[in-house]
Amino acid sequence: MRVTSKTFIRKTKRGNILKIVREHYLRDDIGCGSKVCTKCKLNTEQPLEKIVTVNNTNFTDKHYLLVDTNVVLHQIDALEDDTLKNVIILQTVLEEVKHLSHSVYKRLIDIIGNYSRCFYVFVNVYHRDTYVERFRGESPNDYNDRMIRVAALWYNKHFKGTIKVLLLSSDKVSKAKAIDEGIPTMSLEQYVSGLNNVTLTDKLSNRTCMVEETSKEPIFPPHLTPAQIHQGIKSGKIMQGTFFASNDNFLEGNVFVEGQEKNILLQGRENLNRAINGDIVAVKLFTEDQWSAPTNLVIADYDDLDLENDRSINETPKERYPTGQVVGIIRKKWRQYCGIIQHSLVENTNRHLFVPAEKKIPKIRIETRQYDKLKDQRVIIAIDTWPRTSRYPLGHFVRSLGKIGEREAENEVILLEHDVPHSKFSDQVLACLPKETWTITASDFVGRKDFRNLDICSVDPPGCTDIDDALHCMLLNNGNFQVGVHIADVTHFVKPGTAIDLEASQRATTVYLTGRRIDMVPGLLSSNLCSLRGGEERLAFSCVWEMTPDANIVNSSFTKSVIKSKAAMTYEQAQLIIDDQDQNTPIATGLRQLNKFAKILKKRRMDAGALVLASPEIRFLVDSETRDPLDVEVKQIKETNSMVEEFMLLANIEVAKKIYSDFPEFAVLRRHPKPPPSNFESLVKAAAHLGVKLNVDTSKDLANSLDKAIKLDNPFFNTMLRILATRCMLQAIYFASGTKTYDEFLHYGLAAPIYTHFTSPIRRYADVLVHRLLAVSIAAETTTPELLDKRKIETLCQNLNVRTRMSAYAERASVALNTHIFFRGKIRDEEGYILYVRKNALQILIPKYGLEGTLFLSPRKGQVQAATFTYNEEEQTQRCGKIVFRTFDPVVVQLSLDSSNVQHERIVLKLVKPEILNFSIPSTNVSTCATTAQQSQKNTEASESSLQPQPKRAKI
Amino acid sequence: MDLLSRQGLRTDGRRSDELRRIRCKMGVFNQPDGSAYLEQGNTKVVAAVYGPHEIRTNRSKASNENAVINCQYSMATFSRSERKRRPRDNKSAELTLHLKQAMTTAIKTDLYPKSQIDIFVQVLQSDGGNYSVCVNAATLALIDAGIAMEEFVISCTSSLANGETPLVDSSNLEETMGGPSLTVAILPISGKIAMLETSQRMHINHVEPVLSEAVRGCRYIYDKLNKIIKKHYEEIGSASNWGTEE
Repeated sequence: MRVTSKTFIRKTKRGNILKIVREHYLRDDIGCGSKVCTKCKLNTEQPLEKIVTVNNTNFTDKHYLLVDTNVVLHQIDALEDDTLKNVIILQTVLEEVKHLSHSVYKRLIDIIGNYSRCFYVFVNVYHRDTYVERFRGESPNDYNDRMIRVAALWYNKHFKGTIKVLLLSSDKVSKAKAIDEGIPTMSLEQYVSGLNNVTLTDKLSNRTCMVEETSKEPIFPPHLTPAQIHQGIKSGKIMQGTFFASNDNFLEGNVFVEGQEKNILLQGRENLNRAINGDIVAVKLFTEDQWSAPTNLVIADYDDLDLENDRSINETPKERYPTGQVVGIIRKKWRQYCGIIQHSLVENTNRHLFVPAEKKIPKIRIETRQYDKLKDQRVIIAIDTWPRTSRYPLGHFVRSLGKIGEREAENEVILLEHDVPHSKFSDQVLACLPKETWTITASDFVGRKDFRNLDICSVDPPGCTDIDDALHCMLLNNGNFQVGVHIADVTHFVKPGTAIDLEASQRATTVYLTGRRIDMVPGLLSSNLCSLRGGEERLAFSCVWEMTPDANIVNSSFTKSVIKSKAAMTYEQAQLIIDDQDQNTPIATGLRQLNKFAKILKKRRMDAGALVLASPEIRFLVDSETRDPLDVEVKQIKETNSMVEEFMLLANIEVAKKIYSDFPEFAVLRRHPKPPPSNFESLVKAAAHLGVKLNVDTSKDLANSLDKAIKLDNPFFNTMLRILATRCMLQAIYFASGTKTYDEFLHYGLAAPIYTHFTSPIRRYADVLVHRLLAVSIAAETTTPELLDKRKIETLCQNLNVRTRMSAYAERASVALNTHIFFRGKIRDEEGYILYVRKNALQILIPKYGLEGTLFLSPRKGQVQAATFTYNEEEQTQRCGKIVFRTFDPVVVQLSLDSSNVQHERIVLKLVKPEILNFSIPSTNVSTCATTAQQSQKNTEASESSLQPQPKRAKI
Repeated sequence: MDLLSRQGLRTDGRRSDELRRIRCKMGVFNQPDGSAYLEQGNTKVVAAVYGPHEIRTNRSKASNENAVINCQYSMATFSRSERKRRPRDNKSAELTLHLKQAMTTAIKTDLYPKSQIDIFVQVLQSDGGNYSVCVNAATLALIDAGIAMEEFVISCTSSLANGETPLVDSSNLEETMGGPSLTVAILPISGKIAMLETSQRMHINHVEPVLSEAVRGCRYIYDKLNKIIKKHYEEIGSASNWGTEE
C-alpha cells in the first residue's frame, strides 16, 4: 500500500479558514471485478460476466459499460432496465451521485444489489493505478471527469483488448477528450439506439428534445441562480418554503414558510413558475397592494379556464393574503408519477401528454413510440426537465402497470402513489419465521406468567384475523376486580436487527385496502402465531390491574405471559352476551363488569376534555368472486366497541407512563398537538351563521360546545360539525421522548398528558418498539444498542409518521376507487349536506357513502345555464332567487359516475332538491328503488360468502 | 457521511481492521536520557524521558520503596489545523493522569527507590488517537532510557462505524463523526489492561467487539515496534559488532 495525502481548504461555521490534511491510502488489492481477468483477485460476489452477448449495431465489439455521473443522474430509469448489464460503476461516480441526488443514489444502490444485473463498483479512488491528484485550480467537475477517463483507460489497457470498456458520457468536452485518449466512448442515446429496443428507448430521459423548442417564446420567467437565491434569502428579500399545489385549482398554490404565520399564496402560471407539489422553492413577496385572495374556483385544466376569468382574479378581495412569485426551485421533489396517456388528437405522433393520477401534479409531455400499446394502460412517468418554453414539464416513460380499470392495476396505482411498500416478503424475511407447526414449549414459560386458566376473551370486528388484544376481568376476594389486557407478543418472533424487523420497520403499518390487506409482518405471524385466536395457547404481553369497583387502579403490573383465549367474539356477539341477562358464565359476567368500568372510564375521560370526533367511515360489502363492491354500509358503533377502546386507551396510557419513567430520553410516545386557533376560523364562522357558538379555547371547551350544538330540524348537524372539527385537527405523531419537553407530550384529542401505542403490535411498528422498551423496563429482556439510540429512534419515528399518514391516504383512495366501481352504471338520489360554500360550487357530503362531491353552480365552459347564483362571501352563501344555500343545509342530489375522463372517473352531483328552475333535475327515485331492491336481494346472497374488507378499529 | 463504504473501505482507503502507517525513530534527542519519535498516520508525537534521578521537586512525595513517576502531556500549538492558544489545558491534565497510570503499571518502580522518572510527551501533529500514540512513544522513550519495565505498554483506539462495525486505530475524522470510541492500553505479553476509557456511553453489546478489535490493534503495534526496536539496537550495536556476531 502506498500512502498519499489529500489536502483541502474548508471554512468553519465561525468563518475561519482551515487547511485540512487527510491521509489517503492507495491499495493494490482492488480487483477489476471481471471473471475474464486472471490477474486480479475476485473480491465481489457479482462479477462482470465472462461471456458478454450484446448485439449492438453501434458497437460490435465485446464490451463492458462504464457510465459517467450525468448518465446515472439523468438516465436512471434506463439503467434500471434489465437490458443493460455488465456495467462498471466507479466510486467517483457513486460519490458524486450521492452528493447530487439522494433518491437516484438509492435507486442505483438497488440496481447494484441486484446480482443478476452484474453491476460492479470499482473503487477507483483508492486504487494504486487509477488515483490521480487534483491539479491546482482544477474544478471538482473536471477532476471527476478526469478520474473517470483515467479509470476507463486503465480498464481498456488491463483487458488488453479481449473485452473493451465503453465509456458512456453525454458531456461533449469530456467525450472529445476521451476519444483523444483512445477510450471507446459514445452517448447513452447512441448506444441504446443500436440496441433496437423500443421500451428502453422510451425510458431515455427527454433532455435533448427541448433543444428544438428553444426557438419559441419563453412562457415562464427565468429562475434565479443558486447564488442569487442564497444572496436573496440572506438579505431577506427571498423566502424559502415548501410548495403545496391547491387541490381544486391547478393555477393556485401555497408556500409554507417556516416561522411565517400565513402561507404565501401563489396565483397564475407565471407566479407558480414551474414549481411542482412538494418542491422546496424560493419565493419573492409582492408589495402589499398586489396581494390577493384565493379564488375559490375549481379549475382542473387549461380547458376549464376562461381567459377573462383569469383576469378577474384581480378584482379587489376583502381579505388579502401575502402573495408572491416563485423565483427559483431550491430542491426538486420530483418522483415517478402514475397516470395515463391522454388521447391525442393528432395521429401518428410520438409526442403525447401524460395525465398524472394525482391532481396536484401538472400534465407531463412525453415521447413514446408505443402509444398504441400504452393508450389504455396505467403507466409510470418520470419528469426530466421543465424548460421555460414549455407549458408542461418534459418526461419519459418508465413502466406500465396494467390495464386501466383492472382492479390489480388500480390497486397498484394506489399503493405506488402513496409509496406503500407492498412487494412480497423476501426470502431473508421468511427465513426469520418459525415453523408453521410452532407450539409453546416448556422453555417458553421461563419468565412468563401462566394465565391459561383465566377467562380471557377477545372482541373484534367481524372477519378480523389479526387479533392483537384480549381482555379479562375477575372478582377478587377483597371486593376489587382484577382486569387484564393481553396483547399479542410480537416481539417474541420479531427480534431486533433481523431481516423481518428491518422490513417491518420499513413498512411501519399494515395497510387495509378494500378487499386487500398489505401486512406489516408475514401472514403466518399476523393471522396465526401472534393472533390471539380463541381456544389456542398464545404468547402475550399482559397489563394486569387491580381496580376498585369505581374503576380506580389500586396497582398495576406488566408481565409476559401465556394465555388461552376462551372465545374470539365479534362486537355484536359480545353485545348479545352482555345484554342477555340469563347468561352467567365467567365470560359474560366479566364482560358486563368490563362494560361498567368502560363507561366510568369514558365519562372520566370526557370530563377531562376528550373529544368525540366523527369521520364518515363506511365499508363495502364485496362480492367474493369478482371482488366488486355490492353495497356500502356505514360502520356501526356498538357499546362493545367503546368498551374495548377504553381499555386499550387505558393500557396505552399506563404503558406510556411506565416507559417514560424508565427511559426519559428514548421512549416512543405519541402526541397530538393542539391545533392553532386559526385552524378553527372557518368552522367557527360557519357555525356562527347558524347561531351556534363554538368555543375552541381548550379541548374541553370544544367538546362541551360540540355537545351543545344540536339543531332539532337537522339531526345530522351535530355529526357534520364533528366531521368538520376533525378536519381542523393536526395529525398525531410518534416521537422520541427526549426530543420534546413534557408539556409537548399532550394528546389533545384524548386529553391525555402522555400517550403511546402499545396495543396493536401486529399491525403497527411503533407498538413493537414500545413492547421492547417495556420488556426491558420489567427486566424481561435486555436492551439492544438501537433501542437506546435517541437519534435512531427519532428517525424511526419519522418514518412511522410518514408511512402512517400515507397508509391512511391510501385507504381513503381505496374507498374512493370502490365507490366509483360501485356507481358504475348506477344513478341514485341521496340526501346530502353542504360542507363548504365555494365561489362557483358547493361541496357536499353524502353520509350514506361517506362521499364528498362538488356541485358546480356556474356553467362549465361552453355550456349555457339559465339559473344564476349570487355568491356572498361574507355570509358564505349562494343565492338563486328565493333559495339560499348555507353550510350544513340538507339537499338531495343525484349521483352518477362520469367516466368520460378515464383517469379521473368522478362522481357527478346534480341538484334534485330544493328545486330550482332550469337548474335542478327531476327525481329519479323510481328507478333507484328498483335498483336498490335488486341490489339488496343480491346482497343477502352475497353477504354470507362475501370477503369483507378488513375492518379495524377507529384510530386512537 | 458513511465512515465505512459498502465496499468495506474507510474514508482514507483502509479496511475496518487495518491500522495506519507506523514510523518511528528512537533516540532523537541527546540531552534527555531517552527519547523517541513516533508517527501513526498523521498523528506525530515526540517523547522524552529524564531519569531515574534524585527527586528535585516535591521532596515530600519521595518514597523509600518506589520511584516517583512524573508525566506531562502537551500538544504543540501548531498540532491542529487551528492554532491552539496554550499547549496545556484541562484536557491535557486529564490525559497526563491517564498516561501516568498506564506507565506506572509497567515500570519496575521498586528498582528505583527515592528517585524520580520524568516522562514528557508532546503531540506535534494531531489526527486522532493522540493518547494511544503518546503511550506508545513513551514506552519507546523509556526503553531508550534503559529503564527497567515489566513489559511494553501499548495502546490503541477503536471506534464504532454506523453503529455496528468496529474501526481500529481511528483517525480524527472517525473519532468526531463516528459513535463512541474506546481507548485501551495493555501489557501485550501478559494481556493485562493498564488503562481503559470510552469517550461516551457505549452499549454493552458493543464493548466486546470494539475492545477486542482495539486489543488486536495493540498486538499488531507491539509486533511492529518490537521489530523496529530490535533493528535499532542491531544498528547501534553493529559498531561494536554485537548483534552481528554470534
